Amino acid sequence: MTARLYRAGGFVADEWTHLDDEAELPAQGAFVVPLARFLEQAADLPQGLRLAPLVKAGDDPASLAGHLAALELVVVDFAKFSDGRGYSTARLLRQRYGFAGEVRASGDVLLDQIPLMRRVGFDAFAVVNEPTIRALEAGHDVDVPLYLQPAERAGEVPAGARSWARRPADAQLS
Amino acid sequence: MYRYDEFDAHFVSARVDQFRDQVQRRLAGDLTEDQFKPLRLMNGVYLQLHAYMLRIAIPYGTLNARQMRRLAHVARTYDRGYGHFTTRQNIQFNWPRLKDIPDILSQLAEVEMHAIQTSGNCIRNVTADHFSGAAADEILDPRPYAEILRQWSSLHPEFSYLPRKFKIAVTGAPHDRAAVQVHDIGLQAVRDADGNVGFRVFVGGGLGRTPMVGRLVREFLPEADLLAYSEAILRVYNRYGRRDNKYKARIKILVHETGLEELKADIEAEFAEIRDGVLTLPASEIERITAYFAPPAFDVAVGDEAVLEAAIAADPQLEAFAARNVHPHRAPGYASLTISLKPIGKAPGDATAEQMEVVADLAERYGHDEIRVSHEQNLVLPHVRRRDIPAIHAALAEAGLAEANAGLVTDIIACPGLDYCALATARSIPVAQRISERFASPERQREIGDLKIKISGCINACGHHHVGHIGILGVEKKGEEYYQITLGGSADENTSVGEIIGRGFSYDEVVDAIEKVVDTYVGLRETPQEDFLAAYRRVGDQPFKEALYGTA
Ligand code: HEM
Ligand code: SF4
Repeated sequence: MTARLYRAGGFVADEWTHLDDEAELPAQGAFVVPLARFLEQAADLPQGLRLAPLVKAGDDPASLAGHLAALELVVVDFAKFSDGRGYSTARLLRQRYGFAGEVRASGDVLLDQIPLMRRVGFDAFAVVNEPTIRALEAGHDVDVPLYLQPAERAGEVPAGARSWARRPADAQLS
Repeated sequence: MYRYDEFDAHFVSARVDQFRDQVQRRLAGDLTEDQFKPLRLMNGVYLQLHAYMLRIAIPYGTLNARQMRRLAHVARTYDRGYGHFTTRQNIQFNWPRLKDIPDILSQLAEVEMHAIQTSGNCIRNVTADHFSGAAADEILDPRPYAEILRQWSSLHPEFSYLPRKFKIAVTGAPHDRAAVQVHDIGLQAVRDADGNVGFRVFVGGGLGRTPMVGRLVREFLPEADLLAYSEAILRVYNRYGRRDNKYKARIKILVHETGLEELKADIEAEFAEIRDGVLTLPASEIERITAYFAPPAFDVAVGDEAVLEAAIAADPQLEAFAARNVHPHRAPGYASLTISLKPIGKAPGDATAEQMEVVADLAERYGHDEIRVSHEQNLVLPHVRRRDIPAIHAALAEAGLAEANAGLVTDIIACPGLDYCALATARSIPVAQRISERFASPERQREIGDLKIKISGCINACGHHHVGHIGILGVEKKGEEYYQITLGGSADENTSVGEIIGRGFSYDEVVDAIEKVVDTYVGLRETPQEDFLAAYRRVGDQPFKEALYGTA
């Protein structure tokens, strides 16, 4: 099953290819590799070769701190949708380490979790689940655009008097 | 009490629509049961032995007459005419149909109620002292803080898929009626020497198969830091809590395995990163939320005490009721009243639709429109005038709600057990009923005095048996129900976990065993004022062992 890449606005082609630890690194191209391998090889990359780390649940995003300025993409893996560690990973990348590139969720990414993922800083979703792909294609957005805590998504604004409430800048209370 | 503004009203009704959509996608097969499960749990829907169960939040146990009437309506229309109040200040309906649940939720939304985060691996309904805002010994009303925590934790994007459930309790009094030390986070509001409000913070309390008493991590957390510090705790837990074994996934195990000092350092390090940021609570916001909980205008009249005394002198039933179910109030001439949901021989915590309506009427007529649910599975009218107690008592008696047993041996906490629960290994409600019948005599109950019996139908400990003065745990042995007895547990400011006294007893034997324990206590106490815990802590388990198992 291949994943399809969703960003705000729709499905797009994915220029990145996943490589595991064993696969040999080509001289050119854009590749997602496990975090440890990324940390080993990121230092001296030949021209024309781009790498992005795959951060699994339990991996510490702090190890990426020194690399983030030069990075385009971090992929955060959800082996099971019910394992919520990836939410903290994404949030730390944005909040603590100020990462401005793409934070992509991969693995068990499902429709009902996407609104939460967006709020902790994910802006791309590699989706395998068929019903989720169908729903996204149909424009079925399950978000409730009223939030009771500040988070990481750009463009949220305070909602009403409470210092902790937020809403998307473009959403009206209708 | 807190009232929804436009934002809250939209928030809750949009969440109902969202769940309606999820139910439809489940019925259409787009969601597997596995994928649907956390979504329905997020909305309080369990799959039980016989049916779905719906658990509705009563945030920090506070509700008004209109809300109570709506619960009665749900009980009558969608259930079998009754509801079950739980130890977490929620109400459960045991017989709704899945297809009706979105409708039930939208009817609840009309009266500012919801079922959000009453189950699942998220931050659960925040609980508080049931005498909040009324108790004579209270330092401050903890409910504004519980409300702020409720809001912040609702659909928290980072903390909706935690390793396990997460429970927060708050008290504002030195005498802890909210069992804060058996919660994942327990907060005790205090004031420092300059009168500033802060919290003593306990982390890692919990019951279940590994009962643990919460550990103090902060002696004084300034109120402005409440959310930032909570976020720090939750982030540490979300990242490092165990996920390989659901029985080891609560934060108490993380505290235990990491060590208190190291975990405390982790929390403080996380807190240092986010403090003084967007989560800092502005004093103006705390004030604004606090204003919702302003005490009602108490009208103090002279002579109230004489009215009550005269009525008591003429009515022994009222005297018994006043002696047990009436609690000191901060305002002169006022009291808080416990409405016992433990009539002799009945299922603890159950109330019929009619009874809910009677309580709603009384709250409106005599109680400034406030009702509480206590973690002991009773209802409370927090603010009544003492002179009105005779009239309230008479109305309660007519509705079968005047049992004068608050805090007595028949005021038993029991989980649903094998009668409803899919996880149960033994019955618990019938055991409670039989014990209640055994000690039915009011004279005998009053002679025994304060005593907390708590019963769970399996090791998950929903009935809090670990912290009962006498705890009863139902287990299964070779296809038969057995009951283990623990002694010496307590969930107040001196929290302790009870100790197993010896081999368990069969369903038939257990009531006799409990009676022996109680009689042994009555026989050895130094004065009638020495309660069970004090006596047990003084003499140890030996006399009880002898009474139960002989001297061998
Ligand atoms: C009938 C369906 C119920 C199910 C399936 C259920 C399930 C569970 C489970 C699995 C646990 C253990 C959690 C753990 O240790 O991590 C637990 C704990 C607990 N439940 Fe329930 N429960 C049910 C009903 C209730 C009711 C009716 C109440 C209140 C009367 C309740 C209150 C609690 C409390 C207070 C705990 C202990 C908290 C702790 O572990 O720290 N539960 N429940
Ligand atoms: S203690 Fe066990 S039997 Fe009782 S409600 Fe909880 S899970 Fe069910």
